[in-house]
Amino acid sequence: MNRQIVKLFAFIVVLFGVLVAFTSYWSVFDAKALKEKEANKRPLLEQQQIRRGRILAADGSVIAKSVAKGHGDSLRFVRRYPEGSLYGHPIGYSFVRQGDSEFEQFHNDQLIGEGSEFGSILDEITGRNREGNDIVTNIDPTAQRVAMSDLEAQGFGAVVAIEPSTGAIKVMASYKSYDPNRVPYELSRLNRNTVETPLYNRATQGLKPPGSTFKVVTAAAGLESGVITPETAIDAPGSITDEGIALNNDFNEDFGPITLDTALTNSVNTWFGQLGQQVGQDALFETMQKFGFNSEPAIDLPADQVEKSGVYDEGELLTKDDPVDLARLAIGQERLLATPLQIAEVAAAVANHGKLMKPQIWNRVVDPDGRVVERLDPSEYSQAVSAKTAEELTTAMEGVVSEGTGTNAAISGVPVAGKTGTAETPGNAACGGGEEENQAWFMGFAPANEPKIAIAATVECTEQFGNDVAAPIFRDVAETILNGE
Amino acid sequence: MTAARNRELAALIPVALLLTAGFAAVFDQENARLGNLSLIYGAYFFAVCLVTHIYLRIRLPNADPYLFPLMALLTAFGLVMIYRIDENLARDQANWFVLGLVLFALTIQFLRDYEVLERYRYTIAAAGLLLLLAPRLPGIGQQVNGAYLGVKIGPLAFQPAEFSKIAIVVFLASYLREHREVLIVGARRVLGVTLPPLKHFGPMLVVWGASMFMLVFIRDLGSSLMFFAAFLALLYVATGRFSFVVIGMAMFVVGAWFFASTVPHVHDRVEVWLNPYNDPTGSGYQILQSIFAQADGGLFGKGFGEALITIPGTHAALLPAAQTDTIYALIVNETGLFGACGVILIYLLIAARGFKVALLASDGFSKLLATGLTAVFSIQAFVIVGGVTRVIPLTGVTLPFVSYGGSSIVANFVLLALLLLVSDRARREAVEPTGRALAMGSA
Repeated sequence: MNRQIVKLFAFIVVLFGVLVAFTSYWSVFDAKALKEKEANKRPLLEQQQIRRGRILAADGSVIAKSVAKGHGDSLRFVRRYPEGSLYGHPIGYSFVRQGDSEFEQFHNDQLIGEGSEFGSILDEITGRNREGNDIVTNIDPTAQRVAMSDLEAQGFGAVVAIEPSTGAIKVMASYKSYDPNRVPYELSRLNRNTVETPLYNRATQGLKPPGSTFKVVTAAAGLESGVITPETAIDAPGSITDEGIALNNDFNEDFGPITLDTALTNSVNTWFGQLGQQVGQDALFETMQKFGFNSEPAIDLPADQVEKSGVYDEGELLTKDDPVDLARLAIGQERLLATPLQIAEVAAAVANHGKLMKPQIWNRVVDPDGRVVERLDPSEYSQAVSAKTAEELTTAMEGVVSEGTGTNAAISGVPVAGKTGTAETPGNAACGGGEEENQAWFMGFAPANEPKIAIAATVECTEQFGNDVAAPIFRDVAETILNGE
Repeated sequence: MTAARNRELAALIPVALLLTAGFAAVFDQENARLGNLSLIYGAYFFAVCLVTHIYLRIRLPNADPYLFPLMALLTAFGLVMIYRIDENLARDQANWFVLGLVLFALTIQFLRDYEVLERYRYTIAAAGLLLLLAPRLPGIGQQVNGAYLGVKIGPLAFQPAEFSKIAIVVFLASYLREHREVLIVGARRVLGVTLPPLKHFGPMLVVWGASMFMLVFIRDLGSSLMFFAAFLALLYVATGRFSFVVIGMAMFVVGAWFFASTVPHVHDRVEVWLNPYNDPTGSGYQILQSIFAQADGGLFGKGFGEALITIPGTHAALLPAAQTDTIYALIVNETGLFGACGVILIYLLIAARGFKVALLASDGFSKLLATGLTAVFSIQAFVIVGGVTRVIPLTGVTLPFVSYGGSSIVANFVLLALLLLVSDRARREAVEPTGRALAMGSA
């Protein structure tokens, strides 16, 4: 019988081996998928027991904090947003039942103090309760407040302000916003509001026609490809024919042969339309790519809550090989859509000698003992254009503000470079379907000679132009930030 | 053979230290009275083990030195886990541990000549079956989660299946010892399959029938599986005919299949096992939460006292039956894959020592008894851990020595006592070979 006993033992070993295999599968190999299961409330319940770190503005004021409820075994933490709707975007919200969004979602691991497996063992040994880390953002609360109140006065819209040399996001405002404190009670109502779309961050998700602000990109492509220099004159009649359809200047004004400065200052459509055709699709798309178009924005927000800017056809991004009406693309029409973040990045790249920095909301992670765990190390996204091209563009953009279409952006005593844009958006359902509705833009930076801030401001559903409604927002926000320096 | 007992004593010391450390960890987690309470608990535990050890030194000096410390280790581990769930439950469990050791000592005291069991094998078999039926008897039977597992007589409640497994193993060991030759010799080959002789197979059919009966009548898939697997293990060891095992398994599967489709409770258990996500908040809740708890454990676990067992702020269970059915999931959650593998390793070591006892035993009954007891113990561990890890349907079998439950602890200490009785004689004879050992050793 001994042989059989040994075989029986071998069989038991195999059975126990199966147990080890299944345990390994559930606890290690399949663990990640299991934690994401809808039916699994464990990760959320556990996070609720950790004091989630605070989110702070650049000046240390509190954007989000966690407050304790109950005690002992029923101790849990609930998120509070002292400023209500001011930071609804881009901070988002975090609640056990409703989940999380935007900055709260992207930086979740740091906020709940989830380091390495090693870190948690260390906490276990030292017997310390896990506590989340604070995150200090780059957001300037005064400027954010100015941007929000300006937008509120104008209607729907967005403002993005970036420090050109670092990519630090100083302002990201989207109106209509929402109060994150109310999310546990009215998330579904907020979701159903498809007209005002309060949960949707217009700064990163609002794809709109950028209008003439895009002429800066076209000009950049022309200078970079050598098709033009600042001295190159192109004849700009009142109207040209493009793909069989007339492309006109405002009031069909005939400018004659003019150079870049004049063309940008007066936002001359026929000049830029021809430039686009001369530059060609490959070169124009290459420059767009370098400015960040057609790519996932490199910002610290969840990928499903940011949109790529580019030429869209029925929801699909077109490439340089797809047929595109070049002259109309060159003036920001065609099927071109861009987010305020993307337009702000164009301004920031030109401001920073052509070098585009990755835009980042966070600045540093601070542990509960006040030690800085991690600090933003500004990194380059791309050299969008050469320093020389950037300088030439700056000169042209200064003309826009000093004597051209964007004079309302001027700040006394500070040189400003910028570009207006006004895209016609007739029949926009969000605007009530009116026929005279525009998407008004202003993008630019200041001071032009030593840029501290680059801003894109846009207003939806307005019957006015970029210089009327968007340029003043730019001015207010830029002034606030420059005064705070 | 005092060397064996010295080794036992040496092994008990780390077990007591482990218990002390475990309690210290739980106290620390609760931020409460760290003080010396864990030391006191450790000292109590060690004192109880020491008394048992001294008793073994006197009564069974040659018995296997590792079985008792290994089982004490499981008990210690279980006590810490249960304490961490509920102090009161742990106090009960500690009392049962002591009661178990008393029965352990009584068994050793009165069954020194355990062959006497052979004489009463039919009585024992009948008692075992009667115990199984008891939960369906009006007035004393209790239904738990749709299965009839418990008996309550006045203040005394227990799970008879825990005891009847020992009775049935004793019966099978005795019956097969007597009939194994005829089962082997009388077998004939039909269509290339070796079939057992019909005449002697009758009682075997009875065992199969009893298992099926349990499935239908007591509705307990886990116990049924455990009993039948132990039966097949013994049949295989006794006859050496693997074909018998295959036939037995086929019969069980066919029977189980039939009843799974006709008995609602059994059907539900199988359905939930196959498709837990169909009803994640209802019937699938326990198995899913058990797996989610394991997923949270990772490699190293969250640490003693860290697991979420109820939904914070409520009394709603996040891990249902954490102290009994799903205690293994709690172990994975708190001690991780490594801790869980450690627990499985302890069961494997117990199986190894148990089968070693069977190998050393010289007579057929002792061999089969040790094999059967070890097999039923190991398979019980497999059935519940397998249930919690979704290898097989989840059932209400206890994890021996670890799960909360008096019947389980006491019955398993009786099982251990029988194993040590067999071991003591086997090892004594191995040292001083007798004629009998030479005659039977090659069987």
